[in-house]
Amino acid sequence: MLEALAYAFMQRALLAGVLLSLVSGYYGVFVVQRGLSFLGSGLAHAAFGGVALALLLHREPLWIAVPFTVVVALLISWVRDRTRLAGDVVIGIFFALAMALGIVFLSRVPTYTSDAFTYLFGSILSVTPGDLAAAALLLVLALASLPLWGRWAYATADREAALADRLPVVRDDYLLAVLLTVTIVVSVKVVGIVLMSAFLVIPAASARLLSRSFLPMSVLSILLSLLTAVTGLLASYALDLPSGSAIILTEGAVFIFCLVLTATAARRLPALFAAKPRSPSAAADSRRP
Amino acid sequence: MAALETIGLTVRMDDYVALEELNLTVNEGSFVAVVGPNGAGKSTLLKAILGLLPLADGEIHVFGQPADKARPGSVGYVPQFKTLDRAFPAVTCELVASGLRQSWPAVMRRREHERVLEALSLVGAAHLCHRPLGWLSGGELQRVYLARAIIRKPRLLLLDEPVTGIDMLGEDDMYSLLESYLTQREVTVLMVTHDWLAARHHATHALLLNRRLIAYGPPEQTLCDSCLRELFGHVGHTHHLAPEQRDA
Repeated sequence: MLEALAYAFMQRALLAGVLLSLVSGYYGVFVVQRGLSFLGSGLAHAAFGGVALALLLHREPLWIAVPFTVVVALLISWVRDRTRLAGDVVIGIFFALAMALGIVFLSRVPTYTSDAFTYLFGSILSVTPGDLAAAALLLVLALASLPLWGRWAYATADREAALADRLPVVRDDYLLAVLLTVTIVVSVKVVGIVLMSAFLVIPAASARLLSRSFLPMSVLSILLSLLTAVTGLLASYALDLPSGSAIILTEGAVFIFCLVLTATAARRLPALFAAKPRSPSAAADSRRP
Repeated sequence: MAALETIGLTVRMDDYVALEELNLTVNEGSFVAVVGPNGAGKSTLLKAILGLLPLADGEIHVFGQPADKARPGSVGYVPQFKTLDRAFPAVTCELVASGLRQSWPAVMRRREHERVLEALSLVGAAHLCHRPLGWLSGGELQRVYLARAIIRKPRLLLLDEPVTGIDMLGEDDMYSLLESYLTQREVTVLMVTHDWLAARHHATHALLLNRRLIAYGPPEQTLCDSCLRELFGHVGHTHHLAPEQRDA
């Protein structure tokens, strides 16, 4: 297995996997708690339209797919905010439109486009230094957004309370949507469009099963995302599997493990991940029935 | 100084006028019961004050300032329908602390925890401090929301049917608790309620609202036959009023 690390493509894939898993684990908790998993799926599919446009124009896919998908994400948010349509309806419409555009663009590409399939199912062979730079930039952006974690979490728990406190909830939503979109577009090369939503959701959902508070959930989501991405990529190399499938199957195995763990040790686990009392009085209080 | 002043306040939802030309001045220290039929704009009034609904026309001032410029923490709010995600992974003290910080607490400092416990104790819910939100009953959550609303010691407290989901004993507790809180602090309360008895017993003023102002003043004057007839169009709702009020 270790000889895999001698190959430059594997080093790039692992580094990309590490960077992207940290970022997607971080944003994944918001996706799960806000019920946005369909948005993740929709934006990943919308990215296909951008990739196909880039192939048609003979440009680097990332630089076309990112703005294309960001525009789709902003349109989804804008239409959802200004109409009475439910979020999943709006996502369903724009996701299908972007996919349809992608298919039209691809049909106009004169040569065979294997790149499109790379994006659909993910490939560790395809990670370029440019992709790595984009993933590193994503991590820097995620770190820069850490001061917003509390506000995002507050609006996730109780949106009306955050609005009543006159916090810039709508602006924060748009910012989160853009950051999430860029993360999705950069990640699809490794994970694949089809499985991108699961890449965002499964580690966070596994962490949710084991956590009673949002901070432990966030930390655990990042750790599980990292662990499963690295394990999945190594399994992908060793077993000659598509990287996206290998990562998602590993995440699925961890999710099932967490599910079993929660079911069998429900009485003990909450104490492990609960918010700890910080004062003696609080400790005494927590022991009350 | 007026705690709350609305000038020509109009709120529309598309073509529907939810509140029309509302002119109201609530003096500091008043306990105002907002009463009216369903769809009268009671909750709309609170939401307009909080900036949750856009104004079609008019102005709202809180302690002399435009409502959107009011000092952070000067207004506390207990909503009727909790928008809280009950599946959110959190314990009660974190929710209460979020009211203090206007942000979700990653780690709670000792002083913050003491203030959270103090607020929870005030509403008789200190024992719920480390209970997951999903485990709270409707009545317990109501108390916790009140704790969150008062933790920053607001000067204006907006309560939208605060006893919803609370049993009869709990209702009495909640009103006693509110009265005791009001005696401890100089605070102005606007409480939306359908409970006219409670309005009569606990409020200093009653605001009768049916998309426009019907009456505003001491409950013994405003909860009278003629005002209620104007409010509802008939007096079937007044059977529980004292005879002198029915005759007024």
